[in-house]
Amino acid sequence: METEHAVFTKEMRRDGYLILVPNMLDFHFSLLSPVFRLNGYNLEVLTNDGPNVVAEGLKYVHNDTCVPALLVIGQFMDALHSGKYDLDHVALMITQTGGGCRASNYIFLLRKALKKAGLSNIPVISLNMSGLERGGGFRLTLRLVRHVFAGAIYGDMIMLLSNQTRPYETEKGRTDQLIRAWREKLVEQFKRDRGLSRKEISANLEKMAGDFAAIPQKGPKKTRVGIVGEIYVKYSPLGNNHLEDFLKGQDCEYMVPGVIHFLQFKIDNRIEDIRLYGGNPLKKVFCEAFLKFVSRFEDSMLAVLRAHPEFVAPSSYAHTKELVKGVIGYGSKMGEGWLLTAEMLELAELGYPNIICTQPFGCLPNHINGKGMIRKLSAIHPGINIVPIDYDPSATKVNQENRIRLMLAVAADAQREQTEGDAK
Amino acid sequence: MYRIGLDIGSTTIKCVVLDEQGTVVHKAYERHFSLIVQKTREMISDLDRRILKGEKGVLNISGSAGMGLALGTGISFVQEVYATKAAADRLSPGADCIIELGGEDAKILFLKGTLEVRMNGSCAGGTGAFIDQMATLLGLSNPEMDAEAARAERSYTIASRCGVFAKSDVQPLLNQGAKRADVARSIFMAVVNQTIAGLAQGRPIEGRVVYLGGPLTFLSSLRDCFDKTLGIEGICPENSLYYVSIGAALQPSQPLKLSDALEALELFQGSETYAALPPLFETEEDLRAFRERHALDKVRRADPDTYRGDVYLGIDSGSTTIKSAVITAQGELLLTRYQQNSGDPVPHVRAFLTDLRRDHPDWVIRAGAVTGYGEEMIRRAFRVDFGVVETVAHFTATKAFLPDVDFIIDIGGQDMKCFKIVGGTIDNIFLNEACSSGCGSFLQTFASALGYDIATFADVGLSARRPVDLGSRCTVFMNSSVKQAQKDGADISDISAGLAISVVKNALYKVIRCSRPEDLGRRIVVQGGTFLNDCVLRAFENEMGVQVVRPDIAGLMGAFGAALYAREWRALKPGESSVLSLKELEDFTQQVRQTRCGLCENHCLLTVSLFGGGERYISGNRCDRPVSGRTGEEEWNLYAWKQKRIEALCARDTGEGKRGEIGLALVLNLYELLPFWHTFFTALGFKVRVSPFSSRKTYLEGQHTIPSDTVCFPAKLAHGHVETLIRQGVQRIFYPCMSYNVDEGLGDNHYNCPVVAYYPEVIAANVPDVKNIDFIHDYFGLDHPRTLPQRLHAVLSQRFGDLTLRQVRFACQKAYAAYESWMAESRKKAEEMVRAARAEGRQILVLCGRPYHVDPEINHGIDRMITGLGACVVTEDALSAHMKRAPQHVLNQWTYHARLYAAARYIASQKDMHLVQLVSFGCGVDAITSDEVREILEGAGRIYTQIKIDEITNTGAVRIRLRSLLAAIEQKKALEEKEASHGN
Repeated sequence: METEHAVFTKEMRRDGYLILVPNMLDFHFSLLSPVFRLNGYNLEVLTNDGPNVVAEGLKYVHNDTCVPALLVIGQFMDALHSGKYDLDHVALMITQTGGGCRASNYIFLLRKALKKAGLSNIPVISLNMSGLERGGGFRLTLRLVRHVFAGAIYGDMIMLLSNQTRPYETEKGRTDQLIRAWREKLVEQFKRDRGLSRKEISANLEKMAGDFAAIPQKGPKKTRVGIVGEIYVKYSPLGNNHLEDFLKGQDCEYMVPGVIHFLQFKIDNRIEDIRLYGGNPLKKVFCEAFLKFVSRFEDSMLAVLRAHPEFVAPSSYAHTKELVKGVIGYGSKMGEGWLLTAEMLELAELGYPNIICTQPFGCLPNHINGKGMIRKLSAIHPGINIVPIDYDPSATKVNQENRIRLMLAVAADAQREQTEGDAK
Repeated sequence: MYRIGLDIGSTTIKCVVLDEQGTVVHKAYERHFSLIVQKTREMISDLDRRILKGEKGVLNISGSAGMGLALGTGISFVQEVYATKAAADRLSPGADCIIELGGEDAKILFLKGTLEVRMNGSCAGGTGAFIDQMATLLGLSNPEMDAEAARAERSYTIASRCGVFAKSDVQPLLNQGAKRADVARSIFMAVVNQTIAGLAQGRPIEGRVVYLGGPLTFLSSLRDCFDKTLGIEGICPENSLYYVSIGAALQPSQPLKLSDALEALELFQGSETYAALPPLFETEEDLRAFRERHALDKVRRADPDTYRGDVYLGIDSGSTTIKSAVITAQGELLLTRYQQNSGDPVPHVRAFLTDLRRDHPDWVIRAGAVTGYGEEMIRRAFRVDFGVVETVAHFTATKAFLPDVDFIIDIGGQDMKCFKIVGGTIDNIFLNEACSSGCGSFLQTFASALGYDIATFADVGLSARRPVDLGSRCTVFMNSSVKQAQKDGADISDISAGLAISVVKNALYKVIRCSRPEDLGRRIVVQGGTFLNDCVLRAFENEMGVQVVRPDIAGLMGAFGAALYAREWRALKPGESSVLSLKELEDFTQQVRQTRCGLCENHCLLTVSLFGGGERYISGNRCDRPVSGRTGEEEWNLYAWKQKRIEALCARDTGEGKRGEIGLALVLNLYELLPFWHTFFTALGFKVRVSPFSSRKTYLEGQHTIPSDTVCFPAKLAHGHVETLIRQGVQRIFYPCMSYNVDEGLGDNHYNCPVVAYYPEVIAANVPDVKNIDFIHDYFGLDHPRTLPQRLHAVLSQRFGDLTLRQVRFACQKAYAAYESWMAESRKKAEEMVRAARAEGRQILVLCGRPYHVDPEINHGIDRMITGLGACVVTEDALSAHMKRAPQHVLNQWTYHARLYAAARYIASQKDMHLVQLVSFGCGVDAITSDEVREILEGAGRIYTQIKIDEITNTGAVRIRLRSLLAAIEQKKALEEKEASHGN
């Protein structure tokens, strides 16, 4: 059977093919375009939204496939059919996590969709850490990896700081203004290959914390909500029906765990696999070293935050992992795996016990790690207030919002009781 | 100061006014027919005039439909479940648990201990709406249905996952002649099971239980079903309809003048914020041209008043309607009849035949044929000469219309059938699965709920300016989307057009899975009653960008085709027609009785119809045994062989067991690895106890601890299996987590799917009784034979200190050997079966699935159905070893699925083998595999058949699908033989 598909070649790179990428995390992904340009790629993060994205997804992807695939592929198709792009000089890039979840198959579904639409000449680039689909004109060079990695750390920090600042800013828009300023500053540094070493990152993070802390704030603490879930619907506004905007409108402060933990989790899985099933000890040593390396950057971020008690700092990866011990096995690694369960415990511990657990309708790993664990988590943490929300192109927004409102109403009650209790 | 609470639900508005003391001084309850703003204004202005008289008051809105309204007008909003809780705190102190069912949502509140509030997931919506729909189907009002249910003597198993699934089970029950009372009660039981399975999630519903909401207030039989199932006596308190409104009224908010609220409501009207699609027709001219074009497609007719001579009869006994046609010897249409079957087709057919015989004594009925769900029963009742599979009937009719047709799409009330025609034979068949069933009748029900007949409803839709985008998941989702759109200001025309578009998208993207018109061919015929709706027809043409042919008898094509079929066959088999004479029709009697079949442990509930002519018709059976007396064709059934072998293994005496007893749950990853673990533990000196095959009871016993209602049915059964073992007194259960399965070298990796891999974690976290035993659910990898003994030893030696690594290693060796020979045996057995089948010229169907599809409760006896149809059944794992690993268009990384691809490639190369894939509802992985398997087969010019299964017990649709497949195979074979003989 032929598995021919268009490959992104060196010539295409030289000819400045435009690489399209679906959006997921607003700030993190806003760094991608300049970072890739610095490394010799022409890249654009898609921002198209609206009903046609869903319509295209439903048209080209098996309708029982989970919503991230429908939306990501729908977003690509909508863009390709929009007439905005020169279809002879465009390539698509998609991340591929690997692992036993069906998400590892998105790239294949994308290729099938392209074929169905008669666009199979458009190359698709897989961005992954598992060594899937090597070769071609796209190479993860050390420089590019450093840029992307630093971008992820900065992204996590900015997401954390801004989420804790924006709800309380006295002057509307100050936080977002600061985010834009930082983006420019970082891009400038990247151009000179600065801001990449641990020392420079530390210094930047320190300044960031200072800058955000300096935004004038007021008001009593708002209802604190945590967001966990399948990585795409958790982060992507397109995936979660603009959940964050909704929460802003509900007068909430929310925390969304960062992507670095997910990266650490993915590395750690390989170590756990060897621990559980045996395997190459060298690989284990390498992964342990890699995990340690990433964790050092995490430490820097936490160290900065320790000096700024005005911000709630996330737990270290090690601590988050420890929290879930005995709740679910570390072998549960597909999708977000045990990390999802752990993050719910982490958020509760950090004072965000009101949790929205987002998942695509019918998400397989979340039957286990999300919905499957809620019962146990309530026993461990009686105050925990979790609402699982399914996302699907055919699910109505009202239904989702109504359930979130219920969670918020319970949260408000608990908060009231607590303040009354404190007053006594 | 008065306090007002308005509860605007999906179908009704409830309103209360409380005085200073919190006493209810006024209450009102009305259906709003989606005219929410208008009804709300009427209610408020009425309150202002009669009670508040211009005074300020507190006004709070609650309810799912009130949310948008409250936000748009600035009136304060209270979430409805929260409101319920507030009301319960005051009105029902001491309640432990509240069950509230509404039109769309079901809710459970646990008040004692840790507060937990739950609403149903999106897939299980539409409780009240579902009961309404079912009452319509039964031809009863809600109170009548309630009264009927109270008289029930038994209840049938009805799928409880959702309304669409349940309907698929109810419809055939009615057609088979089950008593309405029993069906009514079964429907209520399904609601109860759905509520418990979806919302209890491991927390016991006990103590003082309070019932709230419309359905539970009005339907005493429904309350009774809850009481019986939960083993409690719940109470339906005073004001049970008004808890939400009372709770809302109790919340603090800024008092306001009602006239101000009215003003805000006035301004709110007319905001169209729903997602809209382009109109069906841009201009009047387009519509005219469209109508003129389609008016041309007419069937040849003869004048019934002047015709004398031979006629042929066709009857299509569908799920909700009966269509009949009579044709002349030349194939011209003489007369037709279209009737609702009101759940009992026999009297209607009798009336039709009596009229036919009486009104046209000079017509000679030469032969008749029946098709559709009711084929067997109608055939027997009236001794009709022939029976014909629906697909063949439809194809026959279409050929008469357009001989060189390429593609036929038929959308009826319940089912969609599409076939691709190549070289005059059916080349591929696409039939909908449960999720997209009922689209056609949904249009009808919806129209009538809004007070329209379907024709007017369609007409209105043609002029829609902004059709509503309703998605395409299923009618439960569509229903809730419509309600949402209505609230956002969509009018009837937009909804009518939107529904039509949604039905078409369902057919195209879910059933046929095509995205380009080229996939369908040039000459497309659309038929089925649903296509008589011009909106549906136009939506189809627009969506595909093609012009299609719709016969003027689109709704009668099945019957017309059956008549043509009868004519064809009479020519081949000359003789007299056996259709009942006028006298026999007048003397016709039918007796129905229910009985339990005692021929095997399934104990199917049989419905036996005895007809005056001495004919008997049995339904409700899963196998042919009660009908034919045969014990099934087990020598042609690898599934049956596997079941027997598992039973034998379970029954094997494993001795006293010096280390005590260990329980193995026969589910998911343990199904195929049973010989491995059984041998392993026996070798270590355990007495092994395996849970028996699943039954309905297994499911019901475990349903209250299922945390995720959208997980697949095989996983849901795991709860019952573990509970069964615990109830049998097993103190130690072994159920391993396994990211990886055995590596058979067929794929790029050898994962299990997440559910198969980690379901033990869910059991450990949600089945309360597991805490009282030793539940071993650590992670093991059978793909690492060298490290596995160490891991097992580490885990087991914590319990058994004397266990040595050597012993474990030895046991592992034996276990691997047992597993290997187990698998080899089944490959060998399959080979024998295939060889024997080939010697007899039997068709071989490869019923592909997962190892756990061997479970009779999961496969619903589909294996036996196939052997009953005369084919041989083997499994994918027995064939996959014929192939080597090959690249696929997908990431081939799951062990079980790699077998599927390999088997598909093998089958594609074998002329007399055909693939049927069993897919469990909710199996996300199969969304990927089914497309790929289909591509492999279609690439080789073969038919791909998928059967989606869940807890649904109705296998009528499956039967039609399998018969269609076999009919298409036969036809193709006949054609090939003909060509071959011509060649000679």
